[in-house]
Amino acid sequence: MLAIDHLEVPSGQSFGLVGNNGAGKTTLFSALLDLIRLSEGSITNGDVDVSKSEAWKEFTTAFLDETFLIGYLTPEEYFYFIGDLRGLSHSEVDAFVGQFEHFFHGEVLKQKKYLRDLSKGNQKKVGIVGALIGSPSVIVLDEPFANLDPSTQIRLKELLREWSQQKGVTLLISSHDLQHLTEVCERIVVLDKGEIVKDIKTQTETLKDLETFFAQKSQEA
Amino acid sequence: MEQNSIYTHKMMFQFVSLQWKSFTRSASFSTHLAMKILIGFFALYFAATFAIMGALVYPFIQNEMALDPLLTVNQFLIYGCFYWVVLRYFIQKTPVVNIAPLLLHPISKNKIVHFAMGKTLSSAFNWLGLFFTVPFSIVLVVEGHNWGGVLSWFVGVLSFVLSTNYLNLLINNNNKVGAIALSVLAVLGGLHYVDVFDITVYSGPVFQALYEHPIASSIPLILLVFLYRAAFSDYKKGMYLDGGLARQQAEAKTQDFTWLNRFGKTAVFLKNDLRLILRNKRSKSTALMSFFFLFYGLFFFTGSVAMYNGPMWFVFAGIFISGGFLFSFGQFVPSWDSAYYPLLMTQNTSYREYLNSKWALIVVATVFSWLLSIPYIYFGWDVFFFILVATVYNIGVNSYLVLWGGAYIKMPIDLTSNKKAFGDKQAFNVKTVLLSIPKLVLPVLIYFLGTLYSEQLGLALVALTGVLGLAFKNLVFTTIERIYVSQKHKTLWAYKQK
Repeated sequence: MLAIDHLEVPSGQSFGLVGNNGAGKTTLFSALLDLIRLSEGSITNGDVDVSKSEAWKEFTTAFLDETFLIGYLTPEEYFYFIGDLRGLSHSEVDAFVGQFEHFFHGEVLKQKKYLRDLSKGNQKKVGIVGALIGSPSVIVLDEPFANLDPSTQIRLKELLREWSQQKGVTLLISSHDLQHLTEVCERIVVLDKGEIVKDIKTQTETLKDLETFFAQKSQEA
Repeated sequence: MEQNSIYTHKMMFQFVSLQWKSFTRSASFSTHLAMKILIGFFALYFAATFAIMGALVYPFIQNEMALDPLLTVNQFLIYGCFYWVVLRYFIQKTPVVNIAPLLLHPISKNKIVHFAMGKTLSSAFNWLGLFFTVPFSIVLVVEGHNWGGVLSWFVGVLSFVLSTNYLNLLINNNNKVGAIALSVLAVLGGLHYVDVFDITVYSGPVFQALYEHPIASSIPLILLVFLYRAAFSDYKKGMYLDGGLARQQAEAKTQDFTWLNRFGKTAVFLKNDLRLILRNKRSKSTALMSFFFLFYGLFFFTGSVAMYNGPMWFVFAGIFISGGFLFSFGQFVPSWDSAYYPLLMTQNTSYREYLNSKWALIVVATVFSWLLSIPYIYFGWDVFFFILVATVYNIGVNSYLVLWGGAYIKMPIDLTSNKKAFGDKQAFNVKTVLLSIPKLVLPVLIYFLGTLYSEQLGLALVALTGVLGLAFKNLVFTTIERIYVSQKHKTLWAYKQK
């Protein structure tokens, strides 16, 4: 369902993807993570062709949906698991996760609950923080704002902005929330039925632009 | 009234069509279909066996044993009942109706529950017995028994069978019942065998009473009605999202298993596998089930089943005894991780580490089963060696075979599905057994080839095959890994189709 000639995201960019349902956002991210195979063409992450080598896994993390969570683990165990795979000791993981106490709003850590018993929003928080463990240089988040309460959305925005400021961190996120996206991303690409229809460097008028575009789309339909 | 009944028929049709669609549109439809056909053949085979038994048991007991056929059958019926309960709990899959989406529609809850409960009757466990009781009853009448009494006996026995079906539902399809029934069966059988206590002395007259006093059959009938009503109201009460349809939350404890750390990166996955087994009902009952494989050897080594005598069968038994976990759990690697397979596929790790941990788990469990099986020495040293050799074979060959086969199974497992309202229970089913056949036939064949020369050579060959398999572990793992990589995208796709 994707028909992209060429799309290049330079290292260190915070990159936003918008598009109506079925535009191919999740498909694009899944292909980037080699979760689905492309019928034609290729995707290169860093200098690794993702369909040929697995070396991209060393510097890439992702949270697309609940299939990235292990339901029968507690949040702590989940973070340790990711930490173990990324070469962090438990105390390093504790220290790292500790800085998100504000973001978790006291509803995640030490709750004596398995991930499967947390609310959708709290599960999402765990997934997002899990994807930040181990200083990845490429972070892929599919609709990170969905299911979060308003205050957490604001905190997440701050967090993502802060994170993308770090040197060499490439952030790829998709969202249906145009405002959030324009606030977080330096560059926004609009997908429509698998094709790139807009590729904008975010400016003050970008939000207006996008709103007009999607308003038109709704007229067409 | 007329209107109402048309409506009911339409609704039933809708239910049935929903079920049919969920079957035909499932991602692994063709595997399911093939399995259903195979299972169908098995059912046919059993039906035929039962029918023949039902027809011939009367003349057999009368002529060969010179006993009263009805009395004798009634005497042993109690064992039949226990055996049936055991089979039912361990093998029967409770049919599933997806209830939550139906709750908001203008269908009365009673109807949904009646339908779901009626559907459980379709299980072979409820009607297979008829293939025995019907011909047997006919023979009874032909042989001059009072037809009223026979009818009462027939109804009584059928009511008992169906009662266990609803008892099963009432206690939430609980495996513990099966385990208890199995233990009772074992204890009673044992006591009977050593002439300490004979339950049939007491149970025989109970079943005989069904024939002699037709009014007695009203007791099991009342029991059936009572259990149906009880199960009905229990389920009806549970028809709320926060009631029976909800997931029960357990307080979570963080478990670190630090003693596993010495195994390096394999330990990372091993820890999760332990938690997987301990914290999910589905995997927990599977692991428990594998324990019962240990007792399977009793059929072979006691000589109680004439067909199973002979060393060929001993190899077979050994594979089963030490391979309980291997067969019931190993069979479904990697499906156990289907819910979060995308996570595993994007983490900085290789298939090798993942497979290694599963393999280690299977090997440890196999060795553990072998340790538990040591008391079989009671039946002689040769039995001990048979099991030992089979254990080596399980570790060296079958452990790879299950992992290898797992790459193709691609059946998503919902770990949390073992739930209250008509939850599906695939922890142990006929499918698992069918898929095990090649792993059982091969060692027997190897043994057979060796015995053409001598019995010792047969055993040595089986053990040698296992050792060789172990020696070439790296080579085998490279092959299996390649298969997993080649299946990766298909597997991911299949796991998405719930």
